[in-house]
Amino acid sequence: MKIQIRTFGIAREICGGASIQVEMPEHATAGELKQHLTEQFPRLAALASFLVAVNEEFADTDTRIQAGDEVAIIPPVSGG
Amino acid sequence: MDIFLKISDEPLDVLFCIGLVTQPACGGIDVFIGTVRDATKGKHVLRLEFEAYEAMAIREMRRIAETAFEKWPVQALAIHHRTGVLHPGDIAVIIAVSAAHRDAAFDACRFAIDTLKQTVPIWKKEVFEDGEVWVAAHP
Repeated sequence: MKIQIRTFGIAREICGGASIQVEMPEHATAGELKQHLTEQFPRLAALASFLVAVNEEFADTDTRIQAGDEVAIIPPVSGG
Repeated sequence: MDIFLKISDEPLDVLFCIGLVTQPACGGIDVFIGTVRDATKGKHVLRLEFEAYEAMAIREMRRIAETAFEKWPVQALAIHHRTGVLHPGDIAVIIAVSAAHRDAAFDACRFAIDTLKQTVPIWKKEVFEDGEVWVAAHP
């Protein structure tokens, strides 16, 4: 399945756009997506951390992603 | 339990936030104002560039407010956060909390800003004369 992923902050610069598309197996987990993204964009691995959000919620490693979900890469936050 | 949340690319208004949380039952209002510092580790800061994952940021801010209401007897809580380009002295965030008594207002306000910095998907880039860096991005 194709997953559309929103990117923010330094992740947007690393991935080269505010939105990227990746191909993942059906029912892939957030952990598997992170692994895929780290292989595709090795600079993500150098970040202090990065999380995946699914439908505007922080995802656990085993959170399953469905086609059509809103997925985002959340690099270390620095608001305030 | 009154919660007022906003993410805006327009200047923030401290008195407006105080007005939002002012209620007859409150005996104290605590306000935290986060402003842009003109230097980081001795380097002059030209500007900060804030961006937010707005829908999720509002959800996380609501979670913070709801947790604060569970933990302390507070009356109302406002969190307003800026996005866009800010310069030294500009206001990046305002948190205003009202409560019947001051301890709850102080504690909830501190909790709100400390948690916001850890969980709310907002990012800032510091721009110096000789470069720029996304704050907290790297260990």
